Amino acid sequence: MKSRKKVRRFIVPLLFVSILVLLSGCSESIRVLDPKGPIGESQKDLILISSLLCAIILVPVLALTAFIVYRYRDKPGNKAAYKPNWSHSTLMETIWWGIPVVIITILAIVTVKGTYDLEPSKPLDSEKKPLVIQATSLDWKWLFKYPEQGIATVNYIEIPEDVPIRFELTSDAPMNSFWIPELGGQMYTMSGMAMKLHLQADEPGEYYGSGANFSGEHFADMKFTVRATSEAEFNKWVESVKQTSPALTEEGYQQLAKPGKADVQYFSSFPEGLFERIVTKYVVEGDEGHAGHRQMTTEESPSSEPEQPKSDMSHEHAGH
Amino acid sequence: MLDSIKDFASEFFVTGDPLILGAQVSIAIAMVAILFVLSYFKKWGWLWREWLTTVDHKKIGIMYIICSILMLFRGGVDALLMRLQLAMPEMQFLEAEHYNQIFTTHGVIMILFMAMPLMFGLFNIVVPLQIGARDVAYPFLNALSFWLFFWGAMLFNVSFVIGGSPDAGWLAYPPLSGLTHSPGVGQNFYIWGIQISGIGSLATGINFIVTILKMRAPGMTLMKMPMFTWSVFSSCIIIIFAFPILTVTLALLFLDRFLGTHFFTLDAGGNPMMYINLIWMWGHPEVYIVVLPAFGIFSEIAATFSKKKLFGYKSMVFAMISISVFSFFTWAHHFFTMGSGADVNAFFAVTTMAIAIPTGVKVFNWLFTMFRGRITFTTPMMWMIAFIPCFVIGGMTGVLLSVAPADFQFHNSYFLIAHFHQVLIGGVAFGYFAGLYYWWPKMFGFKLNEHLGKWAFWFWNIGFYVCFMPQYVLGLDGMTRRMYTYDFDMGWGPLNLVSTIGGFMMGIGFIFQVWQIAYSIKKNQKDVTGDPWNGRTLEWSIPSPAPLYNFATLPQVEAVDDWWEKKQKREQGIAPPPAPPLEPIHMPKNSGIPFIKSLLWFFVGFGFVWGWLWMAIPALIGVGICMLVRQFSYDTDYYIPVSEVQKAEAQARGAAL
Ligand code: HEM
Ligand SMILES: [Cu+2]
Ligand SMILES: [Cu+2]
Repeated sequence: MKSRKKVRRFIVPLLFVSILVLLSGCSESIRVLDPKGPIGESQKDLILISSLLCAIILVPVLALTAFIVYRYRDKPGNKAAYKPNWSHSTLMETIWWGIPVVIITILAIVTVKGTYDLEPSKPLDSEKKPLVIQATSLDWKWLFKYPEQGIATVNYIEIPEDVPIRFELTSDAPMNSFWIPELGGQMYTMSGMAMKLHLQADEPGEYYGSGANFSGEHFADMKFTVRATSEAEFNKWVESVKQTSPALTEEGYQQLAKPGKADVQYFSSFPEGLFERIVTKYVVEGDEGHAGHRQMTTEESPSSEPEQPKSDMSHEHAGH
Repeated sequence: MLDSIKDFASEFFVTGDPLILGAQVSIAIAMVAILFVLSYFKKWGWLWREWLTTVDHKKIGIMYIICSILMLFRGGVDALLMRLQLAMPEMQFLEAEHYNQIFTTHGVIMILFMAMPLMFGLFNIVVPLQIGARDVAYPFLNALSFWLFFWGAMLFNVSFVIGGSPDAGWLAYPPLSGLTHSPGVGQNFYIWGIQISGIGSLATGINFIVTILKMRAPGMTLMKMPMFTWSVFSSCIIIIFAFPILTVTLALLFLDRFLGTHFFTLDAGGNPMMYINLIWMWGHPEVYIVVLPAFGIFSEIAATFSKKKLFGYKSMVFAMISISVFSFFTWAHHFFTMGSGADVNAFFAVTTMAIAIPTGVKVFNWLFTMFRGRITFTTPMMWMIAFIPCFVIGGMTGVLLSVAPADFQFHNSYFLIAHFHQVLIGGVAFGYFAGLYYWWPKMFGFKLNEHLGKWAFWFWNIGFYVCFMPQYVLGLDGMTRRMYTYDFDMGWGPLNLVSTIGGFMMGIGFIFQVWQIAYSIKKNQKDVTGDPWNGRTLEWSIPSPAPLYNFATLPQVEAVDDWWEKKQKREQGIAPPPAPPLEPIHMPKNSGIPFIKSLLWFFVGFGFVWGWLWMAIPALIGVGICMLVRQFSYDTDYYIPVSEVQKAEAQARGAAL
């Protein structure tokens, strides 16, 4: 009976430790903790810094809990002090109001700074001109358009390494979220507006991307591969898509937008202004409309299509 | 004719899924069995007089608790079905649509129909006893609240056999929850089920605020109130501000679906993001609504089983009140990734972190309540102790989530799932379990078996870590929530399998609890003291189960732990002041109206779900008639004569000798 109790007392910590070991053991392969781009890198740093700050409180509290529970258990002959009416100490309370205030203040400063630095609509520092990819979440697939290259893909992105990518995101279906964990955090795609997300891959490789916000029945199938290659290879890929793939027509898009799963597809061209039309689909004539967040400022509104009236996508709206 | 009936039936009843067919059959069998047993033992009258029409807060509390345990079972089965489906990559157990329905109903049921009623049950049983009152402020309204909750929950629950479950997630974001993307009736069931029970919740909030402010025993100033009562008070303050938001939001969503308005649809100028803001203005405070009472429970338990005064009473009160205020300024942390810009995100990140401060202070105060105490490891205390590490870790991952730029990586992933289960299970569910064990003898007059309780405890606790710790890792590895399947090459298989095993361990823990309850009922070892834990607050000064009128004479309160102080004095040989003479006790009469009126609301809801105005409108009229009848009933109370109080006291105390 006694030994059984002892066994029990050890099981929980043991489990906990083994989980920690498990955690640290495979951190090499955990996508978010093994980022391949500057944004993911900064986010990982933030995760580590904030974990560390939290640990400053967490570890002593866990230790203190174990100590107190053990020390003051009610067993005959326990010599630890017993003070049933001791219930206030200004000093103690000042300490434990004080420590969290200090730690949270530090964390808040780090966070606010990080929030401005990593604002997803902010262009990345780079010599190179950003590559624009327009992503549209559909029921239940992703359509990617390369306005400068004039090609489009479904559920597949190819990007050159070391080149900042400016993703412009929208949705022609229920709201979703565009996420490539190894490159950096996600951003919602919403109908009627274009959001911006700047990411970059530092090394070649294949990365996993997916929709992160539930959007209906086959949401789980909305995943895509991101392949980062050298610029030369990327250009070759663009050429080959241009040469060998069919064009995405207006009807083709209508078909694609219908609910259903889809395989990887490539298109040598797409209807002009398609992305802008999707974004402004709901703008009522003469109305400021629902739409863009602050991201879509007039001077950096969507690329290329000059015929597109810029103001259409640059309103702010309440509710954010 | 026959064909059209067949058509109708196939739309009305959900068909084609063996799991659901099984459920339908067992529901039918259970119904027949219940009807049969009630008729055979001629229990209909008893059921009506003693339970369906009761306005006694203790019985209402018991009914809340029974319902919530049933809902825990249903929500738990849903959880295990999901975990089975996710146990291995490319598992073919549930289909996408079915999986979506299950996580939607699981979320709704666990939060609204399990946690909330369990909480209301404890409110009802404990608060009046703890503040030395004979009832709640509005007993009739209290019964109405319960039955609104009950019939709302029923409406939501029938959806999976009739019409089809909602599948747009537990917060039902439009446009997914709009008519275009969710054309079926499931989403209507969601709206009306929550709406009806939500109105009951709002009424409970009002009821308990008034009860606490107006019905305290003489001498109990606000700063002498027991901590659980304080926690109920702060939770109810959140309820009365948050639930109206929910009511309006769901009403607008329904108008969009039913009348084709455009509050949340993009065409014609609506705005789905408005919905997301509104629903979280309710949704975030909601988590504090359920967790604050758990804090209160832990405060009571820590003091009782350390045989020591609660440390830092004033801090505790201040922390709770500041949490309830702050909880309204953090909602946007649920959509940092919506692109509201750095200003907004920075603001909400900081307000969110700020809540960690008072919460942390509470943890220290609990620890120092145990410090220099004498800790006994009863089941309630074990849950309390296990809660501390669990909640501190869960709270810490919450702080991590609040770092807005890092949340871009956590959001919508399994990291989030692990976090909120850690605070909801580790904080809320464990807290209410602890409360249930603690106050069980007060409810029923006997303790639950401690031995079986400890088995349940270990299964739940170990199962918890096994289930949810791997999910943090899965989230960091890019696994998003609400996916019904994943590929082999993602590498998520092993951790998911571990997680599923943990889920089933918790299931075993639940079975132990059911066994524990059944076993203890059978044994029925009567607690004759009324104070089996050597408690500190007033509820332990009266016999168990509490008599109809709670207190024969209202206690005169002098200190925070008044009952404890009185016991101390008695031990020192100081005689208590002579009890004042008994007086007739004023009590409310039972009423069938809450039950009938709420049942009518069920039909209103059911009618609107199907768009059957022929059903909804007469039922609404019925609701109106119920209100009128109540308006004109004058004979709503009575007095218990002194002789009867004497008899009841003698019986209860007699048993106590
Ligand atoms: C008892 C053990 C439990 C297990 C094994 C469990 C398991 C799960 C699983 C597998 C999901 C779905 C994740 C997904 O696919 O997105 C989920 C979601 C959820 N659970 Fe639990 N759960 C448990 C208890 C609870 C409790 C006690 C609560 C609340 C008090 C709760 C509240 C929720 C909520 C709100 C969701 C979100 C549903 C949604 O994504 O819409 N769960 N749970
Ligand atoms: Cu928006
Ligand atoms: Cu929140």
